[in-house]
Amino acid sequence: MKHLISVLVENKFGTLNRVAAMFSARGFNLESISIGETEDAEVSRMTIVTRGEDRIISQVLKQLNRLVDTIKVTDLTHQPHVERELLLMSLKLTKTAQHEIFELINVFKGKVVDIKQKSITIEVIGSPDKINTAIDLFRPFGIRELARSGAVAIHRGES
Amino acid sequence: MTEPGQKLNGSEIFFECLRRENVDYIFGYPGGALLKVYETLHDVKDIKHILVRHEQGATHMAEGYARATGRPGVVLVTSGPGATNTVTGISNAYMDSTPMVVFTGQVPSTLIGNDAFQEADIVGITRPITKHNFLVKDVRELATTIQKAFYLATTGRPGPVLVDMPKDVLNAECAFEWPESVEIRGYKPTIKCHANQVQKAAKMIAKAKRPLFYIGGGVITAEASEELRKIAIDQDIPVTMTLQGLGAFPGDHPLSMGMLGMHGTFWANQAVNNCDLLIAVGARFDDRVTGKVDTFATQAFKIHNDIDPTNVDKNIKVDLPVVGDAKDFLASILNELPKSHESRSPWLAQIKAWQEQCPMNYSDGEDSLKTEFVIDEVSRQTKGHAVVVTDVGQHQMWTAQYYKFTEPRSIITSGGLGTMGFGLPATIGAAFGVTDRPVVLFCGDGGLMMNIQEMVTAVYNKVPIKIFLINNSYLGMVRQWQELFHKEKYSFTDLESSNPDFVKLAEAFGCRAICATTQEEARKAISEALAYNDGPTFVEFRVVRKDMVFPMVPAGGSISDMMLARLNPKTMV
Repeated sequence: MKHLISVLVENKFGTLNRVAAMFSARGFNLESISIGETEDAEVSRMTIVTRGEDRIISQVLKQLNRLVDTIKVTDLTHQPHVERELLLMSLKLTKTAQHEIFELINVFKGKVVDIKQKSITIEVIGSPDKINTAIDLFRPFGIRELARSGAVAIHRGES
Repeated sequence: MTEPGQKLNGSEIFFECLRRENVDYIFGYPGGALLKVYETLHDVKDIKHILVRHEQGATHMAEGYARATGRPGVVLVTSGPGATNTVTGISNAYMDSTPMVVFTGQVPSTLIGNDAFQEADIVGITRPITKHNFLVKDVRELATTIQKAFYLATTGRPGPVLVDMPKDVLNAECAFEWPESVEIRGYKPTIKCHANQVQKAAKMIAKAKRPLFYIGGGVITAEASEELRKIAIDQDIPVTMTLQGLGAFPGDHPLSMGMLGMHGTFWANQAVNNCDLLIAVGARFDDRVTGKVDTFATQAFKIHNDIDPTNVDKNIKVDLPVVGDAKDFLASILNELPKSHESRSPWLAQIKAWQEQCPMNYSDGEDSLKTEFVIDEVSRQTKGHAVVVTDVGQHQMWTAQYYKFTEPRSIITSGGLGTMGFGLPATIGAAFGVTDRPVVLFCGDGGLMMNIQEMVTAVYNKVPIKIFLINNSYLGMVRQWQELFHKEKYSFTDLESSNPDFVKLAEAFGCRAICATTQEEARKAISEALAYNDGPTFVEFRVVRKDMVFPMVPAGGSISDMMLARLNPKTMV
């Protein structure tokens, strides 16, 4: 099954490479990986989406922990968490489809970030599932280009 | 020693750090990026530099030294090709968990990424084969980085660490600082075993009717042989060992089962598949040990102690994992064990029956010299007390089968990576570390040629090693598989018409050299070699050509299903 793993790593040159190389060297699935700075300048947070049966995921977590540059590894899959992904997508814009496109943007609570005579660029933020659905529904209008950020995730706060 | 705060250049800091890490030997080779280091080295008297003839040789020497002494091996090589030549040796040390610190020179930091002369991204290249590695970008970080490198290499599950040092960093100056302790945020190896897990393990051990120890190199690394010996003898538990674990328990003790796995003893493998409790300590359930995993030790409750959590449940699902240091584990077990335990007499009798059913032996005759005889004879003459280094192949397996290892740190062999060419340099390195025991090498004619240049290093430094060349003029192990599994197509494994005259070759290096073709000559040559300690002795044993290693578990087969002898006796001669 799909797992969402959050990894705090040393904000150092080569860390992303170490993590990504470990996945490929050990034949683990790596669906997406995203990395960015945190509240601590010396630490970055990686969000990794991977798939595998329990035995594999347990190895993934242990192998991540084994890397010297990883500080904390958390499998968020079964814990309360918020998961988001950003989609940027440019579509062909035609008179006939214009109306439907705008309706869909509303449905997905998306935003228009750029619009030209023959193209429109939009952003959608949501869970990776929502992003998948958005892509499927926009596809018939003609996707010119798209970019996905990969998932980022964080624990839900304490009540 | 230099006082902290004194201004030093990078090269001086380098040696100052090595001093503080108690380094006595460096295995190295100079080059452009290291000129400043070698300039400083010229006046260094307290650290000995051994000049090798190929950087791969340096890494294997460092590994031989580390395995013989338990202290980290240190390698110093230049940038580019110097650095890339260390890749095999680093990989070997990584697979066999050997503490090693490799220092590489690098082009000046301003040129990194410009495809400069003798530039290679060695940090990128060695990332998957080091425990960790560093590129030092500022001389002010050099000392702490070196300190971290030694700390990482020697603690937890040991392994190789590489430090890449650009030329300008080695020239730059700064105040020397040496922190009191090392702090690495993401690195906290578990040493102490969980008390509950240990108690559970002790209970299981006391009540088991058919227990078996499966001991790996981790017990030797952790220096836990004494604890193991006590438990095994007090509790009547037989002990089988992996290739790297040999010597952890005395091979001449009745409870020693010898090696298990692909070329292990028949009775060790039978015991694994019939025991009701398997206690794995410092071992990693490697495929050469388990054979087909579905049939491995299916009747046993499995306890697994290892310092590296990734080894737990990696290949075999275990029932009771205990993460921590092997010495802590065995010492804690010793404290927890009740005085009385289940009777093991029926189990030990069963093992004895297996031993009688398929004993380890070989046919021999005075005129046809066999490798098994040579190893047996060396074992007798050294009373199992030598440090034995091997290369890779048939002779390696025969060494595991026929040399009676009686103490830890006695076998030095390339287990995980299976590196041909490992033997000769590793022997030289071991002999720098150990001077009170004979250091002998068993090496095939294929592997010897892979690092033959290090004969110079042995001769020049008068290292009293015994180089026992087992010459069958074949790549014997590959030939064996060709005979058994590849339709007897002996593709490129017959070296007879291309091998050099080995005795002349050894003599050309300035080495004493003897050739033995009969058992009588072999006995004499071995005793002459063991008696000579003013430099290396080379003995070529011309052994029968088509001998095969048995018993054997075919790759992917169940370990209880061993081939005990040649299928087709006609291919024998």
